[in-house]
Amino acid sequence: MIIRSWGIVMITKTINQKAWLLVLPVLLVVSLNAIIPLMTVVNYSIQDTFSPGVFFFEGTKWYQEVLSSPRFHSALGRQLLYTGIILLIEIPLGVAVALAMPRKGPWVSVCLVLMALPLLIPWNVVGAMWNIFALPDIGLLGYGLNWLGFDYNYTQQPLAAWFTIILMDVWHWTSLVVLLAYAGLSSIPDAYFQAAKIDGAGSFAVFRYIQLPKMKRVLIIALLLRFMDSFMVYTEPFVLTGGGPGNSTTFLSIDLVKAAIGEFNLGIAAAMSILYFLMTLLVCWVFYTVMMRGEDS
Amino acid sequence: MLELSGVSKRVGRDNHISDVSLTFERGSINVLLGPTLAGKTTLMRLMAGLDKPTGGEIRIDGKSVVGLPVRKRNVAMVYQQFINYPGFTVYENIASPMRLAKVDRATLDRKVKEAARILKLEPYLDRMPLELSGGQQQRTAIARALVKGAELVLLDEPLANLDYKLREELRVELPRIFAETGAVFVYATTEPQEALLLGGHTATMSEGRITQFGNTIDVYNRPADLSTAQIFSDPPLNVVNVTKRGRELTFGEISLGQASDTSLTDDRYVAAVRPHHLSLVPGGRHSVAVTATVGTSEITGSETFIHVSVGGNRWVVLTQGVHRVNSGEVITVYMDPATLYLFTEQGMLVQAPEFAGIGG
Amino acid sequence: MAQIKIDRLAHSYYAKPETEEDFALKEMDYLWDDGGAYALLGPSGCGKTTLLNIISGLLVPSRGRIIFDNVDVTTKTPEERNIAQVFQFPVIYDTMSVAENLAFPLVNRGIDRSEVGRRVKDMLETLELSAKANHKARGLTADEKQKISLGRGLVRYDVNAILFDEPLTVIDPQMKWQLRTKLKELHERFEHTMIYVTHDQTEALTFADKVVVMYEGEVVQIGTPAELFERPRHTFVGYFIGSPGMNILPCEIEGNKAFVAGHSVDLGANYGPVDGARLELGVRPEFVRFTEGVEAGIPVSLVSVDDVGRHRIVKVRLAQHEMNVIVPEGRALPDKLAVVFDAERCGVYANSHLLEPEDFDNQVVGYRDDY
Repeated sequence: MIIRSWGIVMITKTINQKAWLLVLPVLLVVSLNAIIPLMTVVNYSIQDTFSPGVFFFEGTKWYQEVLSSPRFHSALGRQLLYTGIILLIEIPLGVAVALAMPRKGPWVSVCLVLMALPLLIPWNVVGAMWNIFALPDIGLLGYGLNWLGFDYNYTQQPLAAWFTIILMDVWHWTSLVVLLAYAGLSSIPDAYFQAAKIDGAGSFAVFRYIQLPKMKRVLIIALLLRFMDSFMVYTEPFVLTGGGPGNSTTFLSIDLVKAAIGEFNLGIAAAMSILYFLMTLLVCWVFYTVMMRGEDS
Repeated sequence: MLELSGVSKRVGRDNHISDVSLTFERGSINVLLGPTLAGKTTLMRLMAGLDKPTGGEIRIDGKSVVGLPVRKRNVAMVYQQFINYPGFTVYENIASPMRLAKVDRATLDRKVKEAARILKLEPYLDRMPLELSGGQQQRTAIARALVKGAELVLLDEPLANLDYKLREELRVELPRIFAETGAVFVYATTEPQEALLLGGHTATMSEGRITQFGNTIDVYNRPADLSTAQIFSDPPLNVVNVTKRGRELTFGEISLGQASDTSLTDDRYVAAVRPHHLSLVPGGRHSVAVTATVGTSEITGSETFIHVSVGGNRWVVLTQGVHRVNSGEVITVYMDPATLYLFTEQGMLVQAPEFAGIGG
Repeated sequence: MAQIKIDRLAHSYYAKPETEEDFALKEMDYLWDDGGAYALLGPSGCGKTTLLNIISGLLVPSRGRIIFDNVDVTTKTPEERNIAQVFQFPVIYDTMSVAENLAFPLVNRGIDRSEVGRRVKDMLETLELSAKANHKARGLTADEKQKISLGRGLVRYDVNAILFDEPLTVIDPQMKWQLRTKLKELHERFEHTMIYVTHDQTEALTFADKVVVMYEGEVVQIGTPAELFERPRHTFVGYFIGSPGMNILPCEIEGNKAFVAGHSVDLGANYGPVDGARLELGVRPEFVRFTEGVEAGIPVSLVSVDDVGRHRIVKVRLAQHEMNVIVPEGRALPDKLAVVFDAERCGVYANSHLLEPEDFDNQVVGYRDDY
């Protein structure tokens, strides 16, 4: 049955107990690919090993080490700064673009396709593209900036590296916010805009009292998705800068991989993973409950 | 036959449905009448099996169906919104339940055409639902519910989104269509007029409870309690608190004539009179005059609704023809004590007018 | 408050309308008096909402002009026209309180704070919402929300007109009565020009001093509720107004008599001969009664009886034509059914248009008969 109105959505909720049987395969898959690896990591994070098959119980030693290590602190600091900047740019920018997009007519689909394009490109390709695009000698962006008189070389200057990574992320992911915000805007009935016009509301008042409240739910989702993705970002900065120059763009996930694979500190890396995971989970949960408070109808 | 005994539905701490017992016969129309949020839709969902009651039994032909999934029940539902498959023609829309049931082609074709004839959809069988008017779309949805051969057909305010005139026509047609199929029909509405036009049986609902169940016209004429009378009155029922002393009914200084039942004890009661039983001219020798102050008046061309204040109570007088009265004017309204309903202070009916049940 | 004039107005949703059918609204002229209560009544797709949107300024008409008190406002925005509108589904500002909602249009217009406070307080009392002044608007019931929508128009004392687009659609029957009487009171008190669009005849007739009946983009009749009920100028009006609608029976006319399936019916007046037109007799179910005792009438057979509480609607068959008769409460049906028509209340329709009596030169040409 086609669902044409919100009033009908409830029909899909049934009391069929067999539904659990249908969910079973998914639960199995999830336990194989998420729960078991997670448990392995927990295992590693509280033990030490010197040779295969030989383990010593270490309790919270790795955790204490990670939490007191300046290296972890600075990676976390960079991570938080990065995520903060990303959210501060992408959410308002995404909303602004969505507001500017046409509501009706042939241009709607053109805009939507253009917006969706960056989202269709694989992450490592995005990194590789920007890697070349921003090169100061042959890349269009890098060459252009230098030609304009800016001293720009992201492979050597931390500030330039940050600038490039953030620009890349904004280019790649703002579209997601745009699409979500646009969906929220399109669901507002015309009568609201007409009523606001009649009430003499200016465009800021329309935004503040109609569009923003009606977009609230999708914006919460956009914010959550962008938080999680940027907090766990790995592929793009890794391909672009490899965490450098120096450690200037070494975010948590890059640091984690360095510890695990580069230095083979399995215990440290496992403890970092667990802390990382718990932080993401905690922030998402707090954020969601705060934003959804008093939101019922 | 559909039986509900002691059915209730709790969600968290709220009782959405409390202790509902009803019996619907095959081939009958049963109206659930009550305001928005009275629990009509919730009750229908329990009947359909979309939700499971938290207490009580639901039986079809004596067999309990609690917990039986919707898919295994023979139920059809029609909603306030017009729900059709937008990619199918009207013909395919009507045929869809039979396609699922693998009915042979000849029977399917015959049944679709028959349903289309009953619902006057024959000219539109090759069209897409979105090319049709709202009324035609809703008739398609009803036709689909009919051909399914369901033993229980649930209609949740199916005419609410249609034009007034169209609603009027379908209300007259539907009972005839329903009678032909032999299923149990349950029809939810907020409008007393709709219940009366559909006839059959009516269960009035208020706050998750059934206040009364019986023949529609009997429930209208002899409401068991005040809340039923109020639900089943459009325009709203005129209500006033009265004191009975001897045979005399009074409120304040004003006499409302004599109670017809002499056995009633002297006490305080709630008197109610329907708007069309009030008039601007004395109706007979028993007529009682009541002084009223006019609030506003509404003229429909054939009738006039005069909204008045009687001793602080808001009343409506429905009179035939056009009467011009001004706001603030003091007028005399006449009523026949024989048309008076009396309820106890708790709201139970103790006296109903004599005329109840003439004709039909 | 203003007088509203519609001057040779027509509208099409196509950019280049070619035929008459392309027009959602066919050419019309009309004058709406200052302070009047009007209703636009008709089935879906009759153009009533299009007309309302043109008056409010949400739509610019393809042709013609809209004039408010001698000022041409055809291309002006709703804000410039200074009108208020109440929509089908309540429009409220969710995040604001009830009082803030009412203050919104005033704040937007830069009215000073003490004046805003005074007007909002006054309006809260008028709408009986004082107790909920500081509640968040989204928790309210549908009828309260509709009151707020209306209140946002009324707080601007100087609005030229208040427009209503099927405002009672989502309201329960009991609340409809309350809201309608409130509207009526407010109209009497504030004397705004009010235009009310609906498909519901009861709402239109009870609200308006004058009702404009529309069908397929045209105005079929404009009149007071009593005129529309008693002398519908077109069979569509007869059918659309009244519940059930007017009985329309094919007939022949001879002087002051009509013949329906061979039975003679007395008419209240003389009619001249009409050539070539399709003639019908129109009589409302309220003005047909069953004969009593030995009284003579036209024999009919019973089809069905619907008891709607305060009266019964009896459907009968006269020859091959079905018709409705309204029988008052408490009156029994005779065994042998025969009907009598109230001669004064019978109308004769030629090609669906009401025929004036004593009009011997009546030429029926160019009438549309596709209603």
